Formats: sequence, structure tokens, C-alpha cells
Amino acid sequence: MLSLTIKKKLPHFTLNASFQAGNETVVMYGPSGSGKTTILNCIAGLTHPNEGEIKLNNRFLFHTNRNPLPVQKRKIGYLFQDYALFPHMTVYKNISYGATDDQLVNKLLEVVGIKHLTSKYPRQISGGEKQRVALARALATEPDLLLLDEPFSSLDQETKNQCYQELLRLRKLWEIPIILVTHDWEEAKKLADRILPIESGELPFYTKD
Amino acid sequence: MNSPLFLSIKIATIATSIVFILGVFFARVIARKKFPGKSFVESVILLPLVLPPTVVGFGLLYLFGKNGPLGSFLLQSFDIQVVFSWIGAVVAAVVVSFPLMYQSASAAFQNYDQNVENAALTMGASKWKIFFTISFPLAWPGLLAGLVLSFARALGEFGATLMIAGYIPGETNTIPLAIYFAVEAGHMEQARFWVLIIVSLGFSSVLWLNWWSKRNILKFNQ
Repeated sequence: MLSLTIKKKLPHFTLNASFQAGNETVVMYGPSGSGKTTILNCIAGLTHPNEGEIKLNNRFLFHTNRNPLPVQKRKIGYLFQDYALFPHMTVYKNISYGATDDQLVNKLLEVVGIKHLTSKYPRQISGGEKQRVALARALATEPDLLLLDEPFSSLDQETKNQCYQELLRLRKLWEIPIILVTHDWEEAKKLADRILPIESGELPFYTKD
Repeated sequence: MNSPLFLSIKIATIATSIVFILGVFFARVIARKKFPGKSFVESVILLPLVLPPTVVGFGLLYLFGKNGPLGSFLLQSFDIQVVFSWIGAVVAAVVVSFPLMYQSASAAFQNYDQNVENAALTMGASKWKIFFTISFPLAWPGLLAGLVLSFARALGEFGATLMIAGYIPGETNTIPLAIYFAVEAGHMEQARFWVLIIVSLGFSSVLWLNWWSKRNILKFNQ
């Protein structure tokens, strides 16, 4: 369970967000520049809010009056918009980089359907394949929470549809909260258990019903 | 073993090793951070690139001279004399080639998607692990370019070396100094010989670097 109430000053507005997420897919939907990625970065620990608190399974990731928990200790899987695969490592090395369990890595390769790509480099595979590798890599660290930042934005429609199915399938296998950010309404409707609209940093106060 | 060729290579190799470590360190610490006075610090680092070598030599002579602030300290505490010794030639080579290494290294560390380091952080990797497994290998083509350029610059250093290390056969007569003093003494044959050697050394290192980068830069592009 993730619960978050934060305030962060950005150059053009102040970001206000408050919501909770259980083992479900929560989609933050809103236009570019509305602060969606900043919220994900605050959860991951790559940047910090000015005040508030972020709590994941009773662990404080951030609290105004405490030192923030370092990124490395947060146990959060993060799939970046550009995937950020390590270009000098093979697919297998990418996925096993942060993994502690080789069996899990092999299982993921199978589940995500990229077993035939293990010895390829990121530049040798397609956009859809990169997206799967990045997803497998994020899951290989056995995270308590998965963050997906516009994971499908650079894919063509057909690949997108395949990836949607894939995510819905994985959703059932991994019982963790998933926070997905998108500016595509159709995508939000297809994937979300719950949609949180965000506009200019204002995310309406929201609690799980 | 005290020939100008051996001395030149020894001095350039030691200087380049120092410059490489310092350049990578400063590029990591300074280049990607924002702090007040950053432009000032970077300008100081790049200064030897635009100053006449004699000015650099004069500055070094002041700092490392027997009565200079650093020179007297090194002499009294460690019994190391920098001026008029091969160590002085190393110091001169370090100072003039450092800006080249710093520039190459700071460009190299900004030349790849910075998110890969963030991705590694979220995967639980320590900062050291990230440096050695992600940042360093991805910056390597640029670092190597800096390394070769610094080596070539250190090998060709003349003005500052002459000021701080002087011309002492067997101790500080590197190839550029040997050429100058051979010409001055009218030994044109000898000068021509060293000119050929240093042109071949410089040319082959730059040629190799070009060939290597063309082959390897493609490898890293996503």
C-alpha cells in the first residue's frame, strides 16, 4: 500500500498531490508538463518534495521531519519513458543488474517473452522489445511498487495493444501497486483500475474507497 | 636510458596518468553540479590553455621554486626538489595537459542518457558500482580521446618545461627541448631526427584514436 501527500514547488506552479494505492493499477492522467513525472520521481527518491509524506507498506520513504530514504533502499521498480537501458550491456545483463535471484531473471525472461533476446544489445532490438526488457528489468529487483512513466508513448498502435495485454496479464501475477503515467485517455481507460486526473500540479485529494 | 625519447615518454606517461585521474575526478565532481563560483573554477582550470607557456612556467617557478610556497614545503618535508629536475617537467606537463583532459571528461560524462544512472539507482546499486559499471564504460570513448590528447600535449610541452625544469641533459632534455638546443648549437641533423620522431609519435596516436573512435562509437549508440 502506497500513501502519499506531498507539496513541491516547481518553476511555474506548486505541485499538490495526495492519494493512496493498494495492489491495483492507478493511472495518473494529464497533459505534458503537469507534474506527473515529478510525482513519480518523488516516489522513487530521484527528487524530493518540499513537504509532506510518502509511505510504502508502513515504511516512510519521505517525511518532512526525517531524512529521506535513499533511492537504493526504496525497493521501487521504475520504467522510464526512454527505457534507459544500459546500452553497453546485453539484455540479460540489463535485467540481472539489480537482481538477487537468477531464477527470477530466467522466469521473467520467459514470462515477458524475450528469452530469445538475452545476448542481444539494446541497439539491436525493436522499441516494443526494449519496453519489455525495461519492464523485466524493473521487476527483477522484486520491487514493492512499480512506476511506469509513459511506457508506451514511443510505440506504434499495434505494439501498444500487445503491450497493454502484456501489462494486464502481469498485473495479475505481481501483486503490487502500479502507478502509470500517461497523457493518452484511451490508454488510461484500458489499463486503469482507477484514474487520477492531474492538471497543473493539482491532483484532487483522493482516498481509496 | 637517458635519451630524449625515453625521458619524453617517461614524463608524458607519468603526467598523463596523473591528469587522467584528476580530470575524471574533477569532471565528475564539478561538471554536473551547479554551485556558486562554478564558472570561476572552470575558468581557472582552463586558463593554461590560453596563457603563453612562459606565463605558466613563470607561475610554476614561483610556486615550486626553493623559496616558493609549495617548493619550500616539498623540499623541507619530503626532500623533493621540483625545479630543475624531471619532476618539474612532469609538473609542467600536468598543468598544460589538464585542461584538455578535463574538457574531454566533462563532455564524456554528459554524452549519454543520464537516466541510465537513475535507473541503476532504483535497482539498488551503490554510487561506486554505478560509476564503475555504468558511467565509466559509457564515458570511455570520450575519456580515451582526452587521454590521447593529453598524452600528445604532454609529449610536446616546451615553454613551461624550459622555465621550470631547464635543459639538463639526461634529466630534463625531452625531445622538444633537444630539438631547440640542437638547432641553437647548429646540429641540424640531430634536430631533424628528433623532429621526425615526435611527428611520428603525435601523428600515430591521433591516427589510432580516430580509427578507434570510428569503430567504437557506433557500438554504444542505442
